[in-house]
Amino acid sequence: MSYSDKVIDHYNHPRNVGSMDKSSTDVGTGLVGAPECGDVMKLQIKVNPETSVIEDAKFKTFGCGSAIASSSLATEWVKGKTIDEALAIKNTEIVKELALPPVKIHCSVLAEDAIRAAIGDWKKKQEATKPVGVQAAQ
Amino acid sequence: MSTDVKTAPPATQETVQRTTANGIKLPIYMDNHATTQLDPRVLEEMLPYFMEKFGNAASRNHPFGWVAEEAVELSRERIAKLIGATAKEIIFTSGATESDNLAIKGVAEMYREKGNHIITAVTEHKAVLDTCKHLEKGGFRVTYLPVQKDGLVDLDDLKRAMDDKTILVTIMAANNEIGVVQPLAEIGKLCRERGVIFHTDAVQAIGKIPVDVNKMNIDVASITAHKLYGPKGVGALYVRRKNPRVQLVPIIDGGGHERGMRSGTLNVPGIVGLGKACALALEDMPQESVKISGLRDRLRDKIMGRLDEVYINGSTEHRLPGNLNISFAYVEGESLLMGINDIAVSSGSACTSATLEPSYVLKALGTGDDLAHSSIRFGIGRFNTEAEIDYVADRVVETVERLRELSPLYEMAKEGVDLKSVKWAAEAH
Repeated sequence: MSYSDKVIDHYNHPRNVGSMDKSSTDVGTGLVGAPECGDVMKLQIKVNPETSVIEDAKFKTFGCGSAIASSSLATEWVKGKTIDEALAIKNTEIVKELALPPVKIHCSVLAEDAIRAAIGDWKKKQEATKPVGVQAAQ
Repeated sequence: MSTDVKTAPPATQETVQRTTANGIKLPIYMDNHATTQLDPRVLEEMLPYFMEKFGNAASRNHPFGWVAEEAVELSRERIAKLIGATAKEIIFTSGATESDNLAIKGVAEMYREKGNHIITAVTEHKAVLDTCKHLEKGGFRVTYLPVQKDGLVDLDDLKRAMDDKTILVTIMAANNEIGVVQPLAEIGKLCRERGVIFHTDAVQAIGKIPVDVNKMNIDVASITAHKLYGPKGVGALYVRRKNPRVQLVPIIDGGGHERGMRSGTLNVPGIVGLGKACALALEDMPQESVKISGLRDRLRDKIMGRLDEVYINGSTEHRLPGNLNISFAYVEGESLLMGINDIAVSSGSACTSATLEPSYVLKALGTGDDLAHSSIRFGIGRFNTEAEIDYVADRVVETVERLRELSPLYEMAKEGVDLKSVKWAAEAH
């Protein structure tokens, strides 16, 4: 299989590799995929609770080069975006940017899932820490 | 229609050789179960048969034919000598897939009156498995024996599977993925005692380890040239002529070449190459197998000495000298191949195959899908050197270390999380 230059670049120089404290209230963690399927992505975001802007993002991925590149790209894209803007990222945009072949589209889907899972985790934490009255008003 | 004459594609970037500071040519070829480089001594012997000695071996009336026939008969003898057979028991084919098809379909059809049951194993090559599946559609009953954790067939399973309708047992000599060598002599003995024909796909084994059709009671054996430093597109089938005499129904109709079992003009240069490759293998096997298994063990020790959670797939005792199949836990095989792209090897990962399923051979050993996705097959051959082994070991170790730093699974395992107990949010697609 031949890879696009962008996939190779992300594979050789993955952006934002690492981990954040998953117990922290302003960190959202998404863990998607399964080892038996050959792909597991962990994507973490650190969100400013006042502005809902994603200030930092980290990832770790078990998977093929395209899976690594998709998640690396996802961290680049979510950084600086608000939660709502990040939720609007579509897997098809990742496919286009990395020129993924049809057999690798599932990697981009997984990256989109990882973003959503991380945001979902962060939202859940916010709701749990909010005063009851505010929660009821939502 | 275009009248342009198309030439073979030029060497692409990937196949252009580079050389490291210490003189190692890159990329390094270490995928010798897929195919092998033609030995220059083989090529030398083949060359006259393309132009000067181009005759048809079936031409009986002129020297062009006689010269070709003489070369073909010498090859037959050389192949026979390597496996303890006689020249008349060797018939030429286009390669392993045809040999397997002819052996299995030919025996099935010939002995149909006697029975309709065939026994094989789940780790066989697709050329055998798909042929058996084809026969099932035609009313044959096929037993696919499981294998043990080490990849070997359990002889008791085989014994139990045999019944009075069993006409053929087809079990490979050595596996193409994990290099595991089946107990051929024991299988042969069981088959002989019960009057069942024993076919073995011996393409990975011949020329690498001793195979003797009489000592092992093998009745039919598939051989191919390109796995033993010969050319592609030529193979052979050993078919026993006495005690018992095995007969095959041909799958190709035509001029009745090869004792009526395989019609078609013989590929004389290819056959000359196969014969020479067998002669070289017979001569070199004792030293070569020591050298190659030494290189293999060096690679294994260098990798396993520096990395934890690395697992060898298949028996380490009953194994081809040049095979090393290892799973690197927490690292996906394709990403590993991408990191060592100056080394030609194969992976059992789904992502490297068209099927998106990890290796069925590794699954049959009970290797979890996760470890099957993490496997790499190293196939060490005649032309590999110690310097190459050291280079490969270094590259593999540094790449696995880098990818583990990138792996959420490695991180979780190091934190003490039992990955088996995690409820994975698998893709819902």
